[in-house]
Amino acid sequence: MRDLRKEIPCLEQLGSLGKTFSESCLEAGGALAVDKGSHPSKIVPSLEEAIRRCGLQDGMTISFHHHFRNGDQIVNMVLDKLAEMGFHDLVLAASSLTDCHAPLIRHIQNGVIRRIETSGLRGKLADAISGGKMDVPVVFRSHGGRACAISQGELPIDVAFLGAPSCDAWGNANGYSRDEEGGILCGSMGYAKCDAQYARKTVILTSHVVPCPNVPCAIPSTDVDCVVEVESIGDPAGIMSGATRFTKNPKELLMAESAAEVIAASGVFHDGFSFQMGSGGASLAVARFLGEKMKAAGITASYALGGITGSIVDMYEAGLVRRILDVQSFDLRAAESLKQNRFHQQISAVYYASPKDATCAVNGLDTVILSALEVDTDFNVNVLTGSDGVIRGAIGGHPDTAWGASLAIVVCPLVRGRIPCVVPKVNTLVTPGATVDVVVTEYGVAVNPRREELRRRLERAGIPLRTMEQLQGIAQQMVGKPDPIRYTDKVVGVVTYRDGSVLDLIYQVAD
Amino acid sequence: MLFVPGNNPGMIKDAGIYGQDCIMFDLEDSVSLGEKDAARFLVYQALNTVDYAGKELVVRVNDPATKCGVDDLEAIVRTQKAVIRLPKTESARDVLDCEAIIARIERENGIPEGSTGMMAAIESAAGVLNAKEIAFSTPRLIGIALGAEDYVTDLKTKRSAEGIELLFARSMILLAARAAGIDAIDTVYSDVNNEAGFRAEVELIHQLGFDGKSIINPRQIKTVHEVYTPTQKDIDKALAVMEAIEEAHRKGSGVISLNGKMVDRPIVLRAQRTLDLARAAGICLEEGNGHA
Repeated sequence: MRDLRKEIPCLEQLGSLGKTFSESCLEAGGALAVDKGSHPSKIVPSLEEAIRRCGLQDGMTISFHHHFRNGDQIVNMVLDKLAEMGFHDLVLAASSLTDCHAPLIRHIQNGVIRRIETSGLRGKLADAISGGKMDVPVVFRSHGGRACAISQGELPIDVAFLGAPSCDAWGNANGYSRDEEGGILCGSMGYAKCDAQYARKTVILTSHVVPCPNVPCAIPSTDVDCVVEVESIGDPAGIMSGATRFTKNPKELLMAESAAEVIAASGVFHDGFSFQMGSGGASLAVARFLGEKMKAAGITASYALGGITGSIVDMYEAGLVRRILDVQSFDLRAAESLKQNRFHQQISAVYYASPKDATCAVNGLDTVILSALEVDTDFNVNVLTGSDGVIRGAIGGHPDTAWGASLAIVVCPLVRGRIPCVVPKVNTLVTPGATVDVVVTEYGVAVNPRREELRRRLERAGIPLRTMEQLQGIAQQMVGKPDPIRYTDKVVGVVTYRDGSVLDLIYQVAD
Repeated sequence: MLFVPGNNPGMIKDAGIYGQDCIMFDLEDSVSLGEKDAARFLVYQALNTVDYAGKELVVRVNDPATKCGVDDLEAIVRTQKAVIRLPKTESARDVLDCEAIIARIERENGIPEGSTGMMAAIESAAGVLNAKEIAFSTPRLIGIALGAEDYVTDLKTKRSAEGIELLFARSMILLAARAAGIDAIDTVYSDVNNEAGFRAEVELIHQLGFDGKSIINPRQIKTVHEVYTPTQKDIDKALAVMEAIEEAHRKGSGVISLNGKMVDRPIVLRAQRTLDLARAAGICLEEGNGHA
């Protein structure tokens, strides 16, 4: 038989050419892996089998997404299985963790989990970690920071375990299903997209196997190694509710109206501007007030970004927003819109906010409305630890959007209950004050002194301004000065900035 | 005038941020019997410590014929910060009885006698019929207000969307207030979520001539301001009237005319009132337009 390779000139320059074809590669078990016409499937009979096939070993890094929020059953299910199989010293890299992940405490204690990477922590798990339950500190990353670390190999994922509301036998997975109206729905799977793309192995867990091909999809089959059908992936009630309720809280409405006025007067409010709003009461209300101002001015937004809510969908359907880029859908209305509206696109966390990509979507933002647990007189923001020093929040896309947007507005009440929120110095630095342009409180608006021109614009528009020192003074006059929090010298958390640098440390709370 | 329950620290603390003209802390109907003392203490402390940025402050006390009502007066008069609102006023005697207690507290505490202002809420058929004598009862009285919920119950009816059942009371209270030269404040509109209904009612009482509206939620402030803020057209017209007056003064002319029409006293008074309202709404008249 002729060896064609021998007749090729300059063979050494042609890179990785294979050997000369032989029909043996077409035989069963040959180089093509599957038999002709066999219509193979990535569905494996059990989670255990999938774990085995992915070659998971002790000490490796596993990842999860948080699109199922407080209804998530995937993290606990997989960790229970890994514990049962005897794994230990694993690195758990979740896009975020929340109240429903309290069972992980057991897996920390029994050594299955050695360390954690996440955007945030809440509930009993957060309390346990703040109380010093882990030897290795938790690394907190923003959504953009995490996506960047994963895509750049700084946080290599060995196996991603990703829950999906629908998946076919090839592995095409999505946050909703085309073939039925009911069932689990989470909308965008932006954080999972990034994990599936960069993980060494990806396992999709679904309770709803649909016919091939599952299009459109969030995660293409090319990024998937195994599909496991499970009884249940999440509790729909905990995943999302109808449409996020519009606030009737007069204080939130007051702040929202102020924020919309700031945007309108800031200079970024022009036809084709872009924006992101959060999911809190005040943010939703800003969307409504802003929508009214857009209608009055006869302008539309080129795109709305972010965690998407029903109020953004309303703006899209009213023709006020031309495109929606959705990394995470916050309510059913948003999830339904992703399914129905052509220009409502799901995007990966890398596309959303990776600082290594100059044209990531946050960098195109004209304005963003952000919340805060605390903001200090230098405009620094804390969204991670409470006034008691205990972890109770998530970085999310806060520092990413604050950096990316021309006008980053933090909306935060002066005090919550008896807790001051405008403080001399934040407990935990999450978003550097240099990237925050305006703080809106119910007692007035403060402009970052670095933004002199913005201050003049707002003044010209008749928006009464205060300094952060004045606002902090009012807060202190109202509720007094809290006793300092007592910490031990044990570091329980490391807060990183978007580029991976260490921004702040969280210490164990003494009491 | 925003009603704030006297037993809600969160609302009391933030009552000054919403842009309304007046805050009324309630110690009466919105506070249950078991919380009367706590509410009184809370409002007393708030008046003494919270900066309400120059807003007019009013406290609705309990019936001064009761111990609770007297205790309320003892606390609130001492702050020298608030007008006393007398609930369910039926006659001038009610006002004078309350005034006597206030005067005693002022004397006992070295507070200039007569310095504590009063408001009377008229909430019954008898009160409406006595509106005139109530309005003229004491110089302390800065205004009278209609309390519609009790009033319609007394009339054996209920409130309607159009408010026809309140027309007589509103007219009576308004006339009494105008005759006495004091303010007339309209009743609350309880259905906070019915924005259209609220707006219609504010437009009605604005047209009747009321000085203002009692409100139970900050979300209602904007509507009141929108209805009460003069339009740019009204402001321009008022400014033209004032200019015509100046022009006439410069020329030493006794007769003032604008666009060929004579400007008489009522027109001047209305123009002044329009400009006063515009200034109160934060409109910068000196530059001719824009908000201050």
